[in-house]
Amino acid sequence: MHGEAADASDRCLLEVRNIRKSFPGVVALDDVSMRVDRGTVHALIGENGAGKSTLMKIIAGIIPADAGALRLLGRTLQLRSPRQALENGIAMIHQELNLMPSMTVAENIWIGREPVNAIGMISHRELHRRTRTLLERLSIELDPQAEIRTLSIANRQMVEIARALSYESQLLIMDEPTSALTERDAAHLFAIIRELKSQGKGVLYITHRMDELSEIADEVTVLRDGRYIGTERTANLAREQMIRMMVGRELVRIFPGARSVPGAAVLCARGLGLPPHFQDVSFELHAGEILGIAGLIGAGRSKLAEALFGVTPARSGKILIGGAEIEVDSPRAALSRGMAFVTEDRKETGCLLTLSVLDNLEIAALTHGFVRLGFVRGAAVREACTAISRQLRVKTRDLGEPIANLSGGNQQKVLIGRWLLTAPSILILDEPTRGIDVAAKAEIHQLIAQLAAQGAAVLMISSELPEILGMSHRVMVMHEGRVTGILEREQADQEKIMALAAQ
Amino acid sequence: MPQALAQQTVSTPAAPRSRRWPPELSILMVLVGLALGFELLGWIFERQSFLLNEQRLVVMILQVSVIGIIAIGVTQVIITGGIDLSSGSVVALTAMVAASLAQSADAVRPVYPSLTELPVIVPVVAGLAVGAAAGLANGTLIARTGIPAFIATLGVMVTARGLARWYTRGQPVSMLGDTYAGIGSGVVPVVIFLATALVFHIALRFTRYGKFTYAIGANPQAARVSGINVSRHLIVVYTIAGVLSGLAGIVTSARAVSGQAGMGMMYELDAIAAAVIGGASLSGGIGRITGTVIGTLILGVVTSGFTFLRIDAYYQEIVKGMIIIAAVIADQYRRRMRDARA
Repeated sequence: MHGEAADASDRCLLEVRNIRKSFPGVVALDDVSMRVDRGTVHALIGENGAGKSTLMKIIAGIIPADAGALRLLGRTLQLRSPRQALENGIAMIHQELNLMPSMTVAENIWIGREPVNAIGMISHRELHRRTRTLLERLSIELDPQAEIRTLSIANRQMVEIARALSYESQLLIMDEPTSALTERDAAHLFAIIRELKSQGKGVLYITHRMDELSEIADEVTVLRDGRYIGTERTANLAREQMIRMMVGRELVRIFPGARSVPGAAVLCARGLGLPPHFQDVSFELHAGEILGIAGLIGAGRSKLAEALFGVTPARSGKILIGGAEIEVDSPRAALSRGMAFVTEDRKETGCLLTLSVLDNLEIAALTHGFVRLGFVRGAAVREACTAISRQLRVKTRDLGEPIANLSGGNQQKVLIGRWLLTAPSILILDEPTRGIDVAAKAEIHQLIAQLAAQGAAVLMISSELPEILGMSHRVMVMHEGRVTGILEREQADQEKIMALAAQ
Repeated sequence: MPQALAQQTVSTPAAPRSRRWPPELSILMVLVGLALGFELLGWIFERQSFLLNEQRLVVMILQVSVIGIIAIGVTQVIITGGIDLSSGSVVALTAMVAASLAQSADAVRPVYPSLTELPVIVPVVAGLAVGAAAGLANGTLIARTGIPAFIATLGVMVTARGLARWYTRGQPVSMLGDTYAGIGSGVVPVVIFLATALVFHIALRFTRYGKFTYAIGANPQAARVSGINVSRHLIVVYTIAGVLSGLAGIVTSARAVSGQAGMGMMYELDAIAAAVIGGASLSGGIGRITGTVIGTLILGVVTSGFTFLRIDAYYQEIVKGMIIIAAVIADQYRRRMRDARA
């Protein structure tokens, strides 16, 4: 029925018209309109807080819009739940995967829709046959009977995609699907996305990674401060132009670089081991130095950081601070030695989501100061927190605002601020800019460079090679729990790092 | 733009914490609404005022004071993301132990037959110590063995009730000294309740203890990474809750001028209800003493109001149950709103 005469209205898969949405105190989306054509990948980009997530949630039926209309294949949709969106052909692949870990691939895909036999029991044979057909169609190599908890993040994502397509979805919404993937897995994901395209499906793709756009997206729509800024063919859009559209101003240099001069060694690790996560890790970290740690997901980098900070102490080896061997058996002990640790996962181990920005900022500092006879010195804490939030340019109405209201980038700034208030001499940063927007990223990079220039020793884990290369004095590469090389800044490049990381 | 915003935050360092609608206000309105509702019904059915009766107001607060004292401890436990089911049994155990040390000189003594009348400080300190020991047991079980708070405090609940019965082989302890009985007479329980509320309101809002309590409830992992000794802090919080249950036991036995092993039955549930009605979230990180005090008063108004209207007690329980459910639904709704924004 949609044969030869594929004119504009016929190609249109999803049309979003004049969507408005406000939350208490913020207009999240202000009169946004856009369209996604069938057989295309449409990227949605913008800084954190630009309204991308809100728009996606509206399209996926998770939250209702205040005003405006959604049309899929010419039909107006009234979505009241994600379930309804699914039934209408719209599926969302979540950033936090929604799978049941103790159930199999097949069970997860067909949950609630299992094929039954003559006496009403689930037919496992039919279930597995259907799953195999579905996975084959997508060239995904997975055992339908494997339990989800045994799968890697990448494979779990594949299961999510398969589940979405099992509903015969016409439009797939992907929220930063590559943020937790290795390069190879990302390439596989892109292959699947191209396959979907060729089948005439549409993909709405959210990302913070500029490099991906030219590879995967046909069109790009930019949002800024809840407003529609523009849509362009990816081919016609230069990177600088995109950034300009997103931030509304020119960003001169992306990386401030490592210009400080490293001093004496402040932290030494000697033969640290915590099998099976990492073993025999030795390195020195100098004052004023940024030591980048590169490696693939699962190389043991985060576990190493956790061990250094006493979250899960190493089982063998030594940690020396200022030349003296110390025992770091709890974060408390690490903190008292002047260490600070910004963790990888803002939600799980970072934010105190029910509390205010002020509560989130002050909490680490309160363990060692700002307290007299058990009472918090309110005025002093407030003053210090105000100063730090101004220095980090945290966008918030006031410090009493719940941190849950802030965008990812601003939450990250608050978490960094939490540690700066303890005046650390050693700063461990695990993926300090993951999932945050370009402008906030640049600000955090500036800050890290500045801290190093003031003499702080910085250990920075990152999965983004440009960040590692742009920021570090030296790069330590890990592979399967072992250090495979430490490169000086001058010798380091993407190829060398990838060679050491993938072996 | 960010600069301008930052300037704004800087220029008002002395400003109140926030100008937002305080969460207690909506609960306070429920309290006022209920009271006015009973006032109206009072004029219709009883031809007299519900509120303009000093004696009724005193009784109203008096009968929930013990629940209120427990609820102050339970609120702190709930803020950490935990629960305490042992309070009612700890009330009974404390009442027994304290009463046995508070008997007047000529009383029949089921335990310590050779004892004479002791200064009132002895039973009080002993009672608080018993409460502390029970709380310490709760906290240690939860923090050191990692069993869920629900199970740990359920175990202590059953154990403490058993101990209370074993202590006098089931016999009540009566004829308590006048000074001890004074703790439960007149408005003294109300004063104790409000003083306790004030102390812990201040502790939660202005001390490091309070900040850590909220942080642990909001995200125990983040709290630990931030340098908080989570296990030790949890033990402290449960011990405080135990001490307050002990205090409630002292007040209960002083008011009844006796100690009975059946005292405090189901008090833990009323205390949890008061905290939840007052806005404390069972998922942790949210709750305030002011809310709990209002929640306690709501329970008091409902009880008094129904008695006043001469309606049977079982309707009371039905309505109380519905109020609790409404409070939890309100909490769920608030949480969804927050998650939608995050």
